[in-house]
Parts: sequence; structure tokens; C-alpha cells
Amino acid sequence: MAVEKEKLQWMYKNMLTIRNFEEKVAELFAAGKCYGFVHLYVGEEAVATGVCANLRKEDYITSTHRGHGHLISKGGDLKLMMAELFGRRTGYCKGKGGSMHIADVELGILGANGIVGGGFPIAVGAGFTAKYKGTDHVVACFFGDGASNQGTFHEALNMASIWKLPVIFVNENNLYGISLSQKKSMNVPDVAARAAAYNIPGLVVDGNDVLAVYEAVQEAVKRARSGEGPTLIECKTYRYRGHFEGDPTVYRSDEEVEEWRKKDPIPRFEATLSQMGIMTEEQMEKIRSEVSEMIEEAVKFAEESPWPSPEEVLEDVYA
Amino acid sequence: MRKLTIRAAINEALRQEMRRDPNVYVIGEDVGIFGGCFGVTAGLIDEFGPERVVDTPITESAIVGNSLGAAATGLRPVAEIMFMDFVGVTMDQIFNQAAKMRYMFGGKAKIPMVIRMACGAGGSAAAQHSQSLEAWFMHVPGLKVVAPSTAYDAKGLLISSIRDDNPVIFVEHKFIYDIEGEVPEEIYTVPLGKADVKREGDDVTVVATMAMVYKALEAAEELAKEGISVEVVDPRTLQPLDNETIINSVKKTHKVVVVHEAVKFAGPGAEIAAMIAEEAFDYLDAPVKRVGAPFTPVPFSPVLEQAYIPSTEKIIAAIKEVVA
Repeated sequence: MAVEKEKLQWMYKNMLTIRNFEEKVAELFAAGKCYGFVHLYVGEEAVATGVCANLRKEDYITSTHRGHGHLISKGGDLKLMMAELFGRRTGYCKGKGGSMHIADVELGILGANGIVGGGFPIAVGAGFTAKYKGTDHVVACFFGDGASNQGTFHEALNMASIWKLPVIFVNENNLYGISLSQKKSMNVPDVAARAAAYNIPGLVVDGNDVLAVYEAVQEAVKRARSGEGPTLIECKTYRYRGHFEGDPTVYRSDEEVEEWRKKDPIPRFEATLSQMGIMTEEQMEKIRSEVSEMIEEAVKFAEESPWPSPEEVLEDVYA
Repeated sequence: MRKLTIRAAINEALRQEMRRDPNVYVIGEDVGIFGGCFGVTAGLIDEFGPERVVDTPITESAIVGNSLGAAATGLRPVAEIMFMDFVGVTMDQIFNQAAKMRYMFGGKAKIPMVIRMACGAGGSAAAQHSQSLEAWFMHVPGLKVVAPSTAYDAKGLLISSIRDDNPVIFVEHKFIYDIEGEVPEEIYTVPLGKADVKREGDDVTVVATMAMVYKALEAAEELAKEGISVEVVDPRTLQPLDNETIINSVKKTHKVVVVHEAVKFAGPGAEIAAMIAEEAFDYLDAPVKRVGAPFTPVPFSPVLEQAYIPSTEKIIAAIKEVVA
């Protein structure tokens, strides 16, 4: 597979951006600077990156409670994201949404979502618009292994399948729904097996290999754009942090985490890039420092941003 | 003027709006060739085809969620939930997703969608095909709730609802679909949030919704013979509620009875009565009285069902109590 050099460099920078952003959020959350619940994407960066590398600005995504990585990959502004986590007026949602509701409709980001499985029908609706208007826009619907047990999963995949809607259902199988192991929540080893029930393609890919994700999604996007309907792609991955910040993670062993650390998508991609002769260590180092500068700027922007005024609680309920 | 049934008036509103705006379409179970379970969408598929009169599987969450996703990306869906009772299946998509999306996104989303649904008891359809659940939706910030009682209002309110940029719950009482009223042939709107005085009177205000408007008018006719002058106010929209029209009537009559078919406890009347107590207490000469269904599921047997649905007699009795 020939992927343009610029795209590979974008992938690398994007994965690093997600990783740094999330690690910074963990630190800020511990320091009491951001509020509510945050669910971090550390370890799953290759999925959002590989998916969104196939999307255009006018394509859509629906995200989840673990959404920061999806938003960054679809072009979300780090400053506006960080300010939202800080509850500031300058944030993406003017401080009304927080981590679980960040959205940027202009960028096709139809929102993170606090309800597991809540995004499926919305994604199908965005796909419906594409078909109704005769555009070739596609929708990537991110969801976890746990969400595939919700009723909306079935309803949405069935609807997308019968109407051949341009939706790519991207399963991020990180093996746990909060504490419950996938082994105890479904009687099939692969979420992708469920695609058979809707007569659509179902694939399993290594979710920690950004190029594997990219390649699988590329095919699915081609299929969707040409009116052939949805695809279900299961990306096997792992979250290095808990379900939420503060999760004691009593449900999994340190050995298991260690095993998955060895499969960390970022060092793996660095090795690939250097083998392919795409980037040298110096070039990577340059990107690392660029990224940490961007994150610092985002934090500074958030910290210096004004709070919303109390009366703003009443605004934006109705159009 | 030409007369139409409420069913035909709604059908005409859909047809005229679909002709006017190619982004308006109808989606739901059996809305196509079958014409909708209550015949409301009859014939639309012949004019607009299956692309704009979209038959769905039995999949209420996806009907509403699909409409939400479509609305957020530029279309103006009118979804049909066959019986209001079925809405429970799709509540998350309504109250957590559609209602809150604009607010959660800091005002950066526009959700122009209508969800039509048929409510009401009277056909021995029992507990899961007869409920009036409009109060559920009144309680959710972000939704508008419309509940017409006449053909004229139904057409004008539906057109306003379709043109509104917010999710609108449009409640249709299934046992008044056949009631005829004068309806202009041209397109017109009835504004959301504006009540209508269906009968003027001086002695007592009856605030009544949907099918209960007719029973309230019957009660008013009956009581007129006894020299009691009843004013009947139909809110038409329950969210936003037209406090002003209701209060102006209270200022005139000083007595109020609120009537709805929904269960009385925490029903729409609870909010209306509380609003009157807060805003117009000094004008009241008697406590606000409510008439609603008892706190039971809707029963099956015609005998039980008739005991359940608020009757004209019960409304008359309540009015007599407050004017006594």
C-alpha cells in the first residue's frame, strides 16, 4: 500500500497530539483544573487516526464518551477543546458540554456522547442526509465493544444496511465495558461477527497498527462513497488508563497492561516510519516538540480564558 | 369555508410543506403505501415517492435518531411514532440526544425535526396503545410540545412546527382525527406558544387540551342553560405555554378548572395550576381545580375505559364546585 509521505507524517503527528493531549488532561484533572468525568484515549490513538486519515472535512463522525482522539483526528481545535474541559466560555460548547459533549458541526463532528450507543442512530441519520441529497459524504461512527450490546447498535446497523447508507461503523474494542470483560458481555470473540446479521462486511483489524486501520477504512470509505453501503470494522485495541480518571482498574492485571504496552501504537509506528525511510529520529523529535508546544498553548489559552457568566445558563436551549 | 377533518388537515400541511421545501420528508412505520396507521400520511407516497415518504422497519430508536442525525445535517424530517405509547422505546434519542444537542454543543447545532405521535384512549386499545404522555416532554428543556384540538389549528401548528428549528413533539389525539373544521386551502401558520380562546365566558375559565376541548365546550353549553358562563381556553402548545392568555382569562373569571385526558397526578394540569397560583393568586376566588385521568394504567373493558376518561359530567361537576 502506497500512502503519501505527507499523510504518514500527519498520522504520526496526530497520534502524538492525541497522546500528549490526553496525558496533559490526566495531569490537569488530577490537579483539579478540569471538571466532571474524563475518559482518556491513551493507547487507542491509531484507530481515530487511521479512520480520519480517510475522511474529508465535509464527512461526518459521531463520537463517544472517550472522544478526544476522534475530535482531534477530525480537525478539532485543541484550544477550544481544552477550554471546554476547563469549563470556559471560549470552549467548544461555551462551557455547557464538557468532555462528553464536545462537538464541531462545521467540521462534521456530531458530538461526543455521554450515552453508550447513543451515537449509532445519529450517524445513520447523517448518512441518510448524504443519500437524500445525493452527496458522496460518508460517516464514521465510533463505538466501543460495550456499545455493541445496546439495542441502538442493532437498529442502526439494520437501517444502514437495508438503505445502503454510507456509514462506517468503527468498533474500538478495548476489551472492557468499564469493568466487564468482553468475554462476559458477548458470546462471540469478535464484534465484527455481528456484521453477518446485517449482511454487511465485518472485518477485524489490529487497532494498534495505524496503517492496518487506514487500509481497512479506505476500502470501507470507497464502498460507502460509491453507494454500496455500510461496513463494520472492529479495531482490537486497549486503553492504558482506566475507564475514567480515578478508575482503580481492579478488573484487569498489571501483566495484561504490560502485554499491551508492548503493542503501543506510537513506538510501533515510529519504527515503521524509520524503516520506510519516511522520517528520521531528528524529524520525529522536531514533531514531538511541536506537539508539546501546541498542547502548552492550548492549556495557556484555556487557563487565561474567561468563565461564562452565570446568566449564560439560560442561553442556547432553543434556536 | 371548506371543511376538513383533523386527519386531512395534517395531511395537507405535510403535503404543502413537502411541496414548498424539498428538505421536508416523512419517515416512520407504515407511512408509505399503507398511509400511516391512522391514515394521516395517505397518498403522500404517490406524489413524493418512497425517497420522501420513508417506510421504516419497526425500529423507533432508529426512526428518531435517524431523524435527529438528518436534521443536524440539513434536512427537516417529520417522523411518525405510530402510537405515543411506543415512544418509550426511543426516549433516549428524544430527551438525551435531540432535546439537548443544541445546548450541549453551546448553541452550535440546529435540530429542525418534528415527531408526530397519536395519543388518547377511547377504543379499548388498553394500557400500551392509549396513553397521553405529553407531560413527559413538557419536562424536558429543549423540546417544544404541540397538542392541537381542531383541524384549523392542526394544519397551522404543524406547518409552524416543521419550520421551527427545534425538535417538536406534535401530539395528535387519535379519537378526534375525524372531527371536521374550517381549514383554508392556502398555507398558513398558527404560532407555537399561543393559546386560543375557544369560547368566551365570564364566570369560570376551563383550560382544556386536545379531545378535552370538545368535552369542555359541551360542558359550557350545558352550563349556559343554568346561567353559568364558561370560557374555554385551549393552550394548543404546552411548551412553550402561553401563560399570558391563561392569566388574562383568570383575571376576568377568577375561577379555573384545568382538564386533560392525561393522568391527573403530575399531568400537564399540575404545571398550569401551579403557574396560575404563582402568577395570578390574587385574582383567584377559589382554588384551582383539576380534572384528569385517575392514577392507573388505561384499562381495556369499555366500561372501565369510560370510567377512566374524564367525562363531560366530571367537568361539569368540577366547574360547579369552583363557581359554588
